[in-house]
Amino acid sequence: MTARAAEDRPPEAPALPAPAGTRARALGRLLVPVLLFAAFAALPAAADALGQTFLVSFATRVMILALAAMSLDLILGYGGLVSFGHAAFLGIGAYAVGIAAEEGLTEGLAVFPLAIAAAALFALATGAVSLRTRGVYFIMITLAFGQMAFFTAISLSAYGGDDGLTIWGRTEFLGGTPLEDDRAFYFVVLGCLAACYLLARAIVASRFGRVLQAARQSPGRVAALGLDPFAYQLAAYAIAGGFAGLAGALLANHTEFVSPAYMSWHRSGELIVMVILGGMGSFHGAILGAIVYLGLEEALSHLTEHWRLLFGPFLVLVVLHARGGLLSLLPVRPRDG
Amino acid sequence: MAEALLRLERLEKSYGALRVTDAVTLDVRPGEIHALIGPNGAGKTTLIGEIAGQVRPDAGRILFAGEDVTRLPVHARARRGLARSFQITNVLPDFTALENVALAAQARAGSSFRFFRPAARDEALNGRAAEALAGVGLAARGGIRADALSHGERRALELAIALVQEPKLLLLDEPMAGTGREESTALTRMLQRLRGSRAILLVEHDMEAVFALADRISVLVYGRVVATGSPAEIRADPVVREAYLGEGE
Ligand SMILES: Nc1ncnc2c1ncn2[C@@H]1O[C@H](COP(=O)(O)OP(=O)(O)OP(=O)(O)O)[C@@H](O)[C@H]1O
Ligand SMILES: [Mg+2]
Repeated sequence: MTARAAEDRPPEAPALPAPAGTRARALGRLLVPVLLFAAFAALPAAADALGQTFLVSFATRVMILALAAMSLDLILGYGGLVSFGHAAFLGIGAYAVGIAAEEGLTEGLAVFPLAIAAAALFALATGAVSLRTRGVYFIMITLAFGQMAFFTAISLSAYGGDDGLTIWGRTEFLGGTPLEDDRAFYFVVLGCLAACYLLARAIVASRFGRVLQAARQSPGRVAALGLDPFAYQLAAYAIAGGFAGLAGALLANHTEFVSPAYMSWHRSGELIVMVILGGMGSFHGAILGAIVYLGLEEALSHLTEHWRLLFGPFLVLVVLHARGGLLSLLPVRPRDG
Repeated sequence: MAEALLRLERLEKSYGALRVTDAVTLDVRPGEIHALIGPNGAGKTTLIGEIAGQVRPDAGRILFAGEDVTRLPVHARARRGLARSFQITNVLPDFTALENVALAAQARAGSSFRFFRPAARDEALNGRAAEALAGVGLAARGGIRADALSHGERRALELAIALVQEPKLLLLDEPMAGTGREESTALTRMLQRLRGSRAILLVEHDMEAVFALADRISVLVYGRVVATGSPAEIRADPVVREAYLGEGE
């Protein structure tokens, strides 16, 4: 638009609230994810140039956990449901790959849908029970289901039990092994993260997503409109389970190993921290949270083995001074995806 | 006489020893404005809750459009054409005024299990929402977050939400409460225009509005309907004058 056209605006235009702020926010909503994904895309080349090739593997892990954190944000940030058992979905996706491989099934076109479906179904079943409770009881019951999955994995002696299960080769696709190359695998993970990011944003902006966000604010209002909040929250819970299942399948392929530790409540807590750190209710906030959390963990653990001593105060500062997470420190308000 | 749209049969509800709904039998006819008046704590809001489904009665039946809805959950009743406004404003604080009403339009329009198209750019929903906002005098406030609206504006928004649902029966719990003189006159005029197009059960303390609008009035005292009749009959009723109108007017 030219400057002339801007002057030609009708006189009532200034009455609208702060158009500049709105535009900055809209720009930020576009700019932050574009920058994040551009950085991920450029990272392998940069790592080569710097001779820091371990970075590629580290960033792969970051993107996988970012995907899991994003899926948690769908129900935590948008749905207002504090789920403390999210690692179970991740673990189920990972175990689906491990168990399938152990049984001789390595075709990705079967294994990946299987991992996603298994996690989504587990979410559907446990969500149907958990979502009948609210608040602190919801936290407790999702934690309990998560622990059930954890102890089930430990008792799977045929699949490694306590020790976990080594996967002797990454998932194949149509007989080929494209994932065996770490560089190719990196870009597959990046593609998954980008696709899920776009899909998740479309979902929260849709009619369904509107009901989900309304149910966070006032379930009573939603019901009075003729919509059953439970049905929408359950659907979101299962969708989030499916996304996390995909992250789990990628994680298993990345480490070529699955272990009950993937499902521990400790991991569920980490995912919550990532989401809150980056900024709830914004999917690129969750990605940012995963980057910062894992980045600090990596950097601080090189300095001292007591890195958690440093990490704790940092979290306290973020929660105290940046209520909306790190994103709120940028000129972008986390909301609307 | 037309068959009742809503019929309450010997409805009962107690909170501990307190009887808030005491053998209430009442009907609302299609197209009528039926006012429910009574002193504070008489049980009016509780009765609205029982009709809309938030409060479960201990005994009795609720028939809506010929169907027994006593055991149906809130959302199922809303789907059948019951909409309510809340005495304590219940709008979605993080949504703009337009989004609040557009969500109601969306609920009216059919399935909300649609995952991909952006709802914010659905012109059919936005159009209906903007129209409803204009109808309650909020035409210029559509882009403002609901938690930034004034109390009176939020009351109006609450009404726009209920109207866009196009209910067969509109349950209004003190729509004028806490609004200014001018706003309540405007509201009265607006409800006047709705007359005949849909049935309204109106709980209201503003007697001027009640007597201007109501086709029939029921008086609730300690959970009991002590009188039902035309505004003239209610004005003349000695029991009502003593129990209720006497002190207020
Ligand atoms: N959930 C509850 N538990 C216990 N008592 C309740 C509950 N809800 C309402 N009550 C009591 O029931 C009585 C009727 O309340 P209700 O809100 O229905 O009255 P009301 O006629 O709407 O009054 P007002 O004109 O002040 O709005 C009051 O004494 C109230 O304290
Ligand atoms: Mg009341």
